[in-house]
Amino acid sequence: MAAVPTDRSRQAQGKGRPLFVYFIKRSFVALLVAITVSVVSFLLLHVSGDLAQSLAGPSASAADVAQVRKAYGLDRPMVIQYLDWAGKAIRGDFGYSFFLKQPVFPIIADRLPVTMMLGVSALVIALFVSIPLGIAAALRPNSWIDRLALTVSVFGQALPSFWFGLLLMMLFGVTLRWLPVSGTGGWQYYVMPAITLSYYSIPTFMRLTRAGMMEVLASDYIRTARAKGLRTPTVLFKHALRNAIIPLVAVAAVQLGFALGGSIVIEAVFSLHGVGYLGWESISRADFPVVQAIVLILALFYIVLTLLADLLNAFLDPRIRVR
Amino acid sequence: MLRTTGAIACVAALSVGLWAAPVSANKANDTLNVAWDQQIDNADAYFNTNREGILLARMVWDQLIERDPETFQYKPALATAWRWVDDLTLEFDLRQGVKFQDGQPFDAEDVVYTLNFVSNPANKVLNTTNVGWIKNAEKVDQYKVRIHLKAPFPAALEYIAGPIPIYPHVYYAKVGPDGMGRHPVGTGPYKVQSLEPGKSITLVKNTDYWNDSPKGNPKIGKIVVSFPPEKTTQMAELLSGGLDWIWYVPTDQVKNLERVKGLTVTSGETMRVGYIYFDAAGRTGKSPLQDVRVRQAIAYSINRPEFTKTFFASTANVLKGPCFPTQFGCYQGATQYDYNLAKAKELMKEAGHPDGFSTTLYAFRQPPSWEDALAGYMRQIGIQAQIQLLQYPAFRNKNHEGVTPISFGDWGSYSINDASAILGNFFTGSPDDFSGDMELQGWVHEADTNSDPKKREEFYKKAIDRIMDRMYWLPMNSYAIYYAHTSELNFTPYKDEIPRYYLYSWK
Repeated sequence: MAAVPTDRSRQAQGKGRPLFVYFIKRSFVALLVAITVSVVSFLLLHVSGDLAQSLAGPSASAADVAQVRKAYGLDRPMVIQYLDWAGKAIRGDFGYSFFLKQPVFPIIADRLPVTMMLGVSALVIALFVSIPLGIAAALRPNSWIDRLALTVSVFGQALPSFWFGLLLMMLFGVTLRWLPVSGTGGWQYYVMPAITLSYYSIPTFMRLTRAGMMEVLASDYIRTARAKGLRTPTVLFKHALRNAIIPLVAVAAVQLGFALGGSIVIEAVFSLHGVGYLGWESISRADFPVVQAIVLILALFYIVLTLLADLLNAFLDPRIRVR
Repeated sequence: MLRTTGAIACVAALSVGLWAAPVSANKANDTLNVAWDQQIDNADAYFNTNREGILLARMVWDQLIERDPETFQYKPALATAWRWVDDLTLEFDLRQGVKFQDGQPFDAEDVVYTLNFVSNPANKVLNTTNVGWIKNAEKVDQYKVRIHLKAPFPAALEYIAGPIPIYPHVYYAKVGPDGMGRHPVGTGPYKVQSLEPGKSITLVKNTDYWNDSPKGNPKIGKIVVSFPPEKTTQMAELLSGGLDWIWYVPTDQVKNLERVKGLTVTSGETMRVGYIYFDAAGRTGKSPLQDVRVRQAIAYSINRPEFTKTFFASTANVLKGPCFPTQFGCYQGATQYDYNLAKAKELMKEAGHPDGFSTTLYAFRQPPSWEDALAGYMRQIGIQAQIQLLQYPAFRNKNHEGVTPISFGDWGSYSINDASAILGNFFTGSPDDFSGDMELQGWVHEADTNSDPKKREEFYKKAIDRIMDRMYWLPMNSYAIYYAHTSELNFTPYKDEIPRYYLYSWK
C-alpha cells in the first residue's frame, strides 16, 4: 500500500532554511536575553540596599563598612563591578552566602537535582494525563469526556497550588499514610509535590492537544487515510498526533521552565530542599547573593529550554524556519 | 450512586485523618523528631540571637551555673561554688573531671578563653547585652577563675546561669565562630552528630556526660531537629508520626489537635513578651512616628485584650509594662493605653494626620494573621501599614540597620529574670534602640548597674514611666504558647520558654 502522504512529508519537500542557520539565529537571540537577565540579576543585589553594610554586618562601624566596600571592590564603577561579577559568574563563582557563610554555587548545585527531579516529574505526569485526555476530548467533542476535560482545565487554573498540595498531604500523608508528608528523600517524597506542580500545566497541555487534534482530524490527509482503510490507532497516533503535538513541544519546554521557577511554593509546603525552597529561605533572610544566583540560573535554564523547544519545533516543522 | 458514595468516602477519609492516632515508630527507635520554626544562622551560641539557638546551646554546652527551671534557684554546674569577692569581682571554683565532647578536659583555661573572647568587642558577638558587662576573666589556678566586671552588675549571676556557655579553648581558638557554628563541641548532654544549615540538626546522647550535672543524664537517645517552614506541614507531620513535638501551635488548631488520640496539647505562659516599637528617634528619616501623639494614637487603636485572646492561649496576659512581670524591676504602674478608637483618631487629628499615612510594619513571627490583625487595627486610624514578614535574622538585621519604622517582635530576654535583660537591650543606645532618648538610656544604665536593689527599682520605674508616657514601645502581651507532642513523651513546659529535651523521656 502506498504511503499516505503526510502533511509532514509535504513540509519536508517545501522550502526552509537549513536547521544550522536557524540554530545560530535563535542562539544569538538567546544570548542577548541571557545578557539582559544577567544585568537585571546583578542590579537586584545592588538595589536591595547598601551591600557593604550587609556584608559588614548590622553592628559594623562606618569605618568597617568603608573597609568592606574597598575590600569587595564595591567602590568601583558599576560597569566594572558588573563585568567582574559576570566574569566570575561564568566560572561558577557567585560569591558567598550571607547566611550559610559558604560559596553560593555549591549550595545551589546541591539543591538543583531536587528541583530538576520535581520539575521533570511534574512535566511527565502532566503530559501523561493531559495527552490522552486531550485526544479523548477531541475524538468526542461536547461529550461527557469533553466536559470532564474542560472541568479539569478550569479547576487546574483556579485551584491554588499550595491548597491542593495540602489536600493531597492530608489525604495521602496523614489519613492513608501511603506517602511521606514532607521532606527530601527517595522517590516517594516527590509524588505529592510533583502531582501538585503538574496540576497547573495539565489544563494548558490538555487544551492544546484537544485543539491540535481537532484541527488535524479535520484535515484532508486524515480523511484520505481513513478512506484508505487504515486502522483508527494508526490514523490517530502515526499521522494525526505527530502533527497535533508540535505546539505542545514548545509549551512543554516553557512549562518546565515555569515549573522550575514556580516550585518555590510547592517546595516550601512539602519542605523539599530544592532551589525553590532555598530561594524562599534566602528572600526571607535577605541572603541576596543566593537570591541573585538563583534568579540568574533559573532564568538561564528557561532560556536554554526555550531555545531547545524552538529547535525541536523547527526540526519537526520546517515551515517554522522560513518565518 | 457511585459518585455519591465516593464523595462521602473521601470526606470520611479526610475526617478520620484528623482523629487517627499518629504512628510512633520514633519511640521504638529512641528518636525524638522535633520541629523548630526559626533557622539558626550560626550554631555558635554567641553568634545567633534567636530562641532556637538557645535550645541548641542548652543541649550541646553547659554553663558555670544552672538555674532550676521550676524554682529559679541556682545550682552548681561547671562551677561547684561561687562568691562575690567585691562589687566588681566574681570568683568560681570549677568542677574537676569534666571532658568536652572532643575529649579535651575542662578547666580554667576554657572559661578564661571563652569569656575573654566573647567580651572582646573586636569579636562582634551578636548580643552584647549578655556579655558586655564582663571586663575580663582571670585564671587563678587550674580550677579557679575570677570574672572582673566593668561596673557593678547585679544581674551577673543570671547571665552566667543563662546565655553564657563555656567553650573548649583549644578547639575554639582553632576554628573560631564559623567552625564552631558548623561543628559545635561542648560538654553538654547531647552531641551534634550532623548539622545541615537550614535543613536539619541531629543530636545524640552524650554517653560520657559528666555525673552530678543538674541537667541529669539524658534519656532519649537521639533528637532530630527539622525546620519545616509551614505550620500546616508541621501539624501534618505530627499527625502522621513524622514529628513528635512541635510548638507555637496556632490557637485555632488547638481544639483539632486535642481531639487526636495519641497527641497531647500543653500550654504555658512564658517570659517572652510581644511588643511594637516605633522609630521615635527618626533613624528611618523624618516621619510622623517621631510625634508622640501619633505613637500614642497607634497604641490606643490596638485592642490588645482582643488580640491576645484571639491568637494566644488563655494563659497569656496583656502587659502593663515593657517587661515580664516577674522580672526584677518590672514596674507595673505606668500609663496604660486601653483600646479607645475615638481618642486615637483625636490624637491623629491633633498631630496633623487626620487621614493617616503610609508606613511599613516589619515582623518575623508566623502566622501572618497576627501582622494582618495589627495592620487592620492601624487602618482604623488611616495608617496603611505594608507588612514585611521576614525570617528572624533578616528582621534583626533590618532593625540594626535602622530601616524599620514600625517593628512587631517579641523578646524572650534570654530567659533572664531581670529587667536588665529586656530594657538593657532596647533602651541603652544599642542598634535595637529606636527611642533616641539619652536621659532614658542613662536611667536604664543606672538601673542595670547599681548594686542597691532599691535604687535599681527607682531607676527602672523612671525608665518605664518614660517609655510608656512617650510610647516608644507598646508592650502587647506575654506569650503563652501551645505545644503539641506525642502522648508517649513525658514533656513539661517551662516559664523560661526553654524546652529541656535532656529532661524528657518516653513513657
